[in-house]
Amino acid sequence: MNIFERSHPGRNATAQLLQHTADVSDIPAKYLRKAAPVLPEVSELQAVRHYTQLSQKNFSIDTNFYPLGSCTMKYNPRGVHRVAMLPDFLARHPLADLEHSQGYLQCAYELQEILAEVTGMTGVSLVPMAGAQGEFAGVAMIKAYHAARGDHARTEIIVPDAAHGTNPATAVICGYTVKEIPTKDDGDVDLDALRAAVGPQTAGIMLTNPSTLGVFDRGIQEIARIIHAAGGLLYYDGANLNAILGKCRPGDMGFDVMHMNLHKTFATPHGGGGPGSGAIAFNDRVKPFAPIPMVGKQGEQYVWLTEKEVPQTIGKLSCFSGNAGILLRAYFYARILGRKGLHDVGELATLNANYLMVRLAEAGFTLALPERRASHEFIITMTPQAKALGVTAMDFAKRLLDYGYHAPTTYFPLVVPECLLVEPTETESIAELDAFVETMIKIKNEAEKDPQFVKGAPYTLPVRRLDDVKAARELNLRYTTVAH
Amino acid sequence: MSFTPHTTADIQQMLKTIGVNSIRDLFDEIPNQLIIEEMKKIPVAITEMEAMRLGKELSSKDHYQLNFIGAGAYEHHIPAAVWDIVGRGEFLTAYTPYQAEASQGTLQLLYEYQTMMANLMALDVSNASLYEGASAVAEAILMAVRANKHAKAKRILMPTTLHPNYRKVVKTIVSQQGIELIEIGFDPHTGRVDQSQLKAHAGSDLTALVIPQPNFFGVIDDIDALTDWAHAQNAFAIAVVNPMAMALLTPPGQWGQKGADIACGEGQSFGVPLASGGPYFGFITCKQEFVRQMPGRIIGQTVDLDGKVGYALTLQAREQHIRRAKATSNICTNQGLLVTAGTIYLSLMGAEGLYRTACQSHANTKFLLEKLTAISGITQAFTGPFFHEVVIRCNKSSSEILKQLSAQGILGGYALDADYPELKNCILVCATETKTASDLNQYVNEMKKII
Repeated sequence: MNIFERSHPGRNATAQLLQHTADVSDIPAKYLRKAAPVLPEVSELQAVRHYTQLSQKNFSIDTNFYPLGSCTMKYNPRGVHRVAMLPDFLARHPLADLEHSQGYLQCAYELQEILAEVTGMTGVSLVPMAGAQGEFAGVAMIKAYHAARGDHARTEIIVPDAAHGTNPATAVICGYTVKEIPTKDDGDVDLDALRAAVGPQTAGIMLTNPSTLGVFDRGIQEIARIIHAAGGLLYYDGANLNAILGKCRPGDMGFDVMHMNLHKTFATPHGGGGPGSGAIAFNDRVKPFAPIPMVGKQGEQYVWLTEKEVPQTIGKLSCFSGNAGILLRAYFYARILGRKGLHDVGELATLNANYLMVRLAEAGFTLALPERRASHEFIITMTPQAKALGVTAMDFAKRLLDYGYHAPTTYFPLVVPECLLVEPTETESIAELDAFVETMIKIKNEAEKDPQFVKGAPYTLPVRRLDDVKAARELNLRYTTVAH
Repeated sequence: MSFTPHTTADIQQMLKTIGVNSIRDLFDEIPNQLIIEEMKKIPVAITEMEAMRLGKELSSKDHYQLNFIGAGAYEHHIPAAVWDIVGRGEFLTAYTPYQAEASQGTLQLLYEYQTMMANLMALDVSNASLYEGASAVAEAILMAVRANKHAKAKRILMPTTLHPNYRKVVKTIVSQQGIELIEIGFDPHTGRVDQSQLKAHAGSDLTALVIPQPNFFGVIDDIDALTDWAHAQNAFAIAVVNPMAMALLTPPGQWGQKGADIACGEGQSFGVPLASGGPYFGFITCKQEFVRQMPGRIIGQTVDLDGKVGYALTLQAREQHIRRAKATSNICTNQGLLVTAGTIYLSLMGAEGLYRTACQSHANTKFLLEKLTAISGITQAFTGPFFHEVVIRCNKSSSEILKQLSAQGILGGYALDADYPELKNCILVCATETKTASDLNQYVNEMKKII
């Protein structure tokens, strides 16, 4: 039942209703709404019960092991959430004067410093509200860099075939064309193909490292040399930063500008699909073009850096200064972890991934890149099972749900058929990892004994498998009653 | 301090299983010269207790007594139940609903949200949210460029009555795609779009007209005339509205003869705290015929294998993870948590609750305006009806006035001089339903001392 089906005319949450309806007769009738909008009419208890029950239908980090590759589903610390929700943080208006902003600005400034250190860059802008917006900002900065040099021949962005979909999408919305280059079977970008692809038309390359294949690109320094020699710049997609946090830094690898996914690496809550934060970091080459506002310090006072201080900025990306509440959470997370804790993240995320990978390989699962170290994630391919039994990666994923596990990422990256991209994160213990392996073995045995059974999963969730084709063909995007 | 559970014994066992001597060996594919040992500039760890203490110390620096700033972020009462439920782990720590069967809570909630927004805007469909209001307008413009089959040039008329920060964001985002943004000024007496400036573009090739309601000044504009004018030019009418205002004012789907084509804006008024400007959520709604051009996530109702009703992401072929370079947008994340808050808020308030809140906000602003303009030296800047925010013109520097109010713990409003040099000494003032008569009188009394 949806909330509208629970509604009844005249019912409402009485404690929330203001006691009087104020006079608005100064507004001419022609501007006023003729009929009230159809919104829920339920009591407060009905609303509370309805949404509490809905929440219980969700898998979440708090309730389930969630090895969703490339999403870094680590524990979202409650203490950090509580600090960010302190009343005076929540009440601060974005346009408050500097006298009433020093507390927030200090957190933002120190976060900028921490992220610069973590990434090996010289500047940070906290404005982008998600990874995709960070990518947009970074690519726009690369574009501004070339324009400022008077070089208008740079029309192409190079992207590996294994790249996340946001990379080519971003390049296009920045007005670039995309040139795809292949990844070799060993997981590294094909350097010969790269050398053939660069030229005076190359604005830059967008890379993730460790890549979407879950391995560190061993040729990264050569890639940087090739791109820079051709006059291009390197953009780093920071989705996999968790693998190398505290271990090595994109700035040192040769990247010029990058985004981070603070809702991944810095454990801010995933919220059912957002909010994220795509803070960016950059070196001196592209610093003049950074999106505003950033936070600066003048003597003892924290200040906003706007168009005046950053005259060549690509501009504003949000009405105010980005997802401030998320930035606060990232800041306090970094403070609680501290320098050693942040260093441990990369180490233990990588340890967990390699352990899980070895145990699954020993259990008979097929690794996509058996000769390589796992970064913080790795890929297993269900191609053998798909061929022999007709049981696909999707089927495995759905059956995992029955056992209370959120499935790993499926069918990404596109270059590995029938793949599961597994990322345990550093906040899971060996007990959870071993239990996951046992379950994977169980499902593999089920598939061998009765493939059709596995193909029918899930069985124990609020719904069975959903008809996606019907959802797209017979669009039902809102609830209506006949009368509406 | 990293929330990791590993004991020394665990680590030893795991290394043995993997077949290496140390964790360092796991990084042997990374060139040695890239490996760092310690990040000295990062402070050492603190406990949660110390973090809470630090947070209290820092946040208290920003404490104020009364807020009268609107300008795109509005202080409304948020029922306690909203964030209690939003803070449940099942909502807080869930992720994008890619495995629909394990995400029916979030998916159904988003479907209900889509329904509520479509109803509020009197349009056919809504998506499951965008980042916030300004970038929502940029996305609406990009959508109009894709969807308007009559227009050849990519020309957008954007009045200066639209929030200055929204205009800046639109410029940052759409200028990358060769779209021409044309400014339309406002009438200095009414504060409305100067329709004579519009006439100059009649008959030219236009993609869309952006129509804010109420506009940045709180002024209620002649949206029927503006919508019909846009349609007469075969241009889209893109409505940018304060959703709280839609409880009271004519919704975009009913503007003019044919209704606005796209309506978008900032959803923060619905259950989201001011929180230094984010995270908020943007909304976008449109007529049915344009649904395939809408950016962002969309949830659809369907059935499962047993014929039971269920919900799933749909029309995903528009999105980056399928279309990649040909996607309608590069958006991946939406603002799930904030939409959850907004949906629960709307369920608790209902149409009646929203209506009373909107009316009280308007009445408080009106009361404040009457008392302030009774002070010699302060006048109302614009004639004509307003909603929930109003511009006052003062006889001395607006920044000086606001500074003195700030010293008393009152955030008195937003000075317009920087964004609108022609509006010297003007302040945009907003009083929501959260203000009592005593709060309003306090503001007036402080102002009397200053003027």
